[in-house]
Amino acid sequence: MTRQDKIIREFKQVGTRPPRPDGIDKVTGRAMYGADVTAPGMLWGKVLRSPHAHARILSIDTAAAEALEGVKAVVTGADFTLPEDEFSRDVAVNCMAQDAALYDGHAVAAVAAVSEAVAKAALKLIRVEYEVLPHVIDVDAAMAPGAPVVQPGRAYENVPEGLSENVTSHCEFGHGDLAAGFDKADVIVERSFRTAATHQGYIEPHACLAAMGGDGRADLWCCTQGQFHVREVCAAIMGMESSQLRVTASEIGGGFGGKTTVFVEPVALALSRKAGRPVKIVMKRDEVFRATGPTVHSSIDVRIGMTKDGRITAAEAHLRYSGGAFPCGTVDMGAQAAFAAYDLDAVRTFGWNAMTNRPKEAAYRAPGAPQAIYAVESVVDELCQKLGLDPLEVRILNAARKGTKSAYGPTFDEIGLLATLEAAKAHPHYTAPLGPNQGRGLSCGFWFNFGGNTCVTMNLAFDGTVTITEGNPDIGGSRASISLMAAEELGIPYDKVRTIVADTASIGHNDITDGSRVTFAVGLATIEAARDAIARMCARVAKIWGIEPDAVEWKDGAVHPAGPNAGKFPPMSLAEIAETSPNTGGPIAGHHEVNADGAGVSFGVHLVDVEVDPETGATKVLRYTVFQDAGKAVHPDYVEGQMQGGAVQGIGWALNEEYIYGEDGRLQNPGFLDYRVPVASDLPDIETVILEIPNPGHPYGVRGVGETPIVPPLAAIANAVSRAAGVRLTELPMSPPRILKALSAQG
Amino acid sequence: MKTIPVSTKVNGDTVEFLCAPEETLLDALRNRLGLTGAKEGCGSGDCGACSVLVDGRLVCACLVLAAEAEGAEIDTVEGMAAGERLHPLQRHFIDSAALQCGVCTPGILVAAKALLDHNPDPSDEEVRYWLAGNLCRCTGYDKIVRAVQSAAAEMRGA
Repeated sequence: MTRQDKIIREFKQVGTRPPRPDGIDKVTGRAMYGADVTAPGMLWGKVLRSPHAHARILSIDTAAAEALEGVKAVVTGADFTLPEDEFSRDVAVNCMAQDAALYDGHAVAAVAAVSEAVAKAALKLIRVEYEVLPHVIDVDAAMAPGAPVVQPGRAYENVPEGLSENVTSHCEFGHGDLAAGFDKADVIVERSFRTAATHQGYIEPHACLAAMGGDGRADLWCCTQGQFHVREVCAAIMGMESSQLRVTASEIGGGFGGKTTVFVEPVALALSRKAGRPVKIVMKRDEVFRATGPTVHSSIDVRIGMTKDGRITAAEAHLRYSGGAFPCGTVDMGAQAAFAAYDLDAVRTFGWNAMTNRPKEAAYRAPGAPQAIYAVESVVDELCQKLGLDPLEVRILNAARKGTKSAYGPTFDEIGLLATLEAAKAHPHYTAPLGPNQGRGLSCGFWFNFGGNTCVTMNLAFDGTVTITEGNPDIGGSRASISLMAAEELGIPYDKVRTIVADTASIGHNDITDGSRVTFAVGLATIEAARDAIARMCARVAKIWGIEPDAVEWKDGAVHPAGPNAGKFPPMSLAEIAETSPNTGGPIAGHHEVNADGAGVSFGVHLVDVEVDPETGATKVLRYTVFQDAGKAVHPDYVEGQMQGGAVQGIGWALNEEYIYGEDGRLQNPGFLDYRVPVASDLPDIETVILEIPNPGHPYGVRGVGETPIVPPLAAIANAVSRAAGVRLTELPMSPPRILKALSAQG
Repeated sequence: MKTIPVSTKVNGDTVEFLCAPEETLLDALRNRLGLTGAKEGCGSGDCGACSVLVDGRLVCACLVLAAEAEGAEIDTVEGMAAGERLHPLQRHFIDSAALQCGVCTPGILVAAKALLDHNPDPSDEEVRYWLAGNLCRCTGYDKIVRAVQSAAAEMRGA
């Protein structure tokens, strides 16, 4: 990776907690989300969805719907030209079924009408003739030869023979001699685990407003984590040139990875093209659950050998993930992340993805890692119990550190795992007394983090204030952190900087807000754009002073003569340079375009105390502490916010949340009443401890922090529950009936 | 389609609109009156993002028919601030970083105001149970509870 020459560690503004720039809009109801805009002449779009888990679509008769007064357009799969590349084609088919409905909730037709009520009535008039096909919901069942095939011909060449056609990919990572490693072990534990699919559960359903004209140009407003990705995928599906589609990202009401793709956007564009009017589509909550991306569900075997004194001698994992009705690469990330926290001589992971008749997986915070690390950290905990060892000491003994060859290949640079574990050990939580039926669990967590394509432009107004134009939707306070980094680098107050998220026509390509990349990569580009602007200001002042550009220097927010030989000039501040700029050569801007690498990996450790009620099987989370390396916490409030929010999503995953399917392959709990996410009264305070081990790839040492926090809670809680209940739990969620069953099986 | 004329007060202003019999108060607020602060997160009363007060009572606007607003007084998030002067809850939500994406925030603010109107000095547990009908997926609720408590303390003059 690209190492920075110099990492700045002393700051005037970075690390402070100023109010976020979008705060007032969001507390007054003014902020505009996906569903909050209207356009003159706007129609309402509605989507008809398959009631079957798997069915061939024999015919769709839309005549009656089209004849209904107020209906302006109807589209089906026949209205979409499928893109050539496999990725976009799958997205298109997921947005609108072609010849088969692949899961309960798969879109099969859509209408645009003058009102929502008319659109709804029109859906009822569409006649779809289905031939219901056998379906498969469970990953292990889907892998077995003879299972109903979700889509034929989708397997990659490296899939071993003898498996169902549903198995689309296989991967393998690791190093060392497993057999020799297991021979050295004093104890070996092998366990199988299962995790349910969960949903990101953002409170804002997907929504968009599309306006497409007969000239092939279009504007699209939508809630998304990446307007450029929306542009490129929609352009491919609509057969448009990218530059003819302008996408504006609304304020986003939560994403967590789930808004990194499109669902209704191409449909709204197709309806708008056909109707010649703007079309708005807003999903209902049941559509969000049935048709947008949950996580994979998984079935995992883990085998780990350990010596009596706690050294891991060998470790292997077999991961079977299903990303729903399409090929899915998430298992690769699980297989790479599984043992990332450990320094191992012999380690191997094997992964398979199998298609099932479920909605197409979408990313959810550290996709693939929580499941794998849950299984691994559960087995490590059980080994500690068997050997009578302290689980934190064992993790410290085996911890990956700088120079460790990671289980997935690369050798780690500066990482914060050890410091994070030591912080947990020193924290009073770790030694606090526990009562009856209570248990304490811990788990390490890891995420790779990402950088990616990024463009930032910084414009100086004549009054000395600064606008940062960037292209990543703000999902966790990033406008505040980007403004802080700009203010820091320019030496001007935070409130003189305004950061805006631009549409796709107003700045160059930016990758999706994913991989915890924004504070890292957009921050890096902002700092570089500021340095670019500073270089231009220096050149401008040198010209004004009539000296060479290298005879000036930038310090404390102003251009100074660089040493006594440069001449005697009073320093010129940014405000003075900006004010005079119309007369000294014109406006001043800085910009930076980069495909950023060097996103430092992120480790965290979670500590949790729970109490299990032996009568009901219900678990109460009593105390929760998150320790995580942030590299540098630019705005600590929002770093803590990521740590707390991720932890609570993980608590939900561990204890409550799951996709429940009936025998008929239909989702039985597509609503917040039955898909129960944690509410305020379920939870204790979530304490946070931020560690700052600088990332050598960022000028301020920043690491992404958004994804790692969802990784440890699954195992931390499973370990706490298992210790409290006196029996090892191996299936998520650990709902009361499952815990009761485990307790009664134990006798 | 038959419509029903409704005359009501929203945030102190008299408003009149026509609505369909099956139309919810949430849809009327958002689509007829342009008050998009209340959000539809679920449409089934499970998430609280559309929380408003009807005659002082905290309700999910998605579970109330628009026609039921006849003669009532409705309070929404848009009415919380007095001009540019934010309500203490609004200010403390910003200062305590009690919001991230912000889509649940209008509902939580309305609900929290209803709590403090009833109980100016709630315990943390009372705050957590009162807000149990308002889902937030970003924050884990920690900073929300703190923001409500610091606003409550300020409003009590503590």
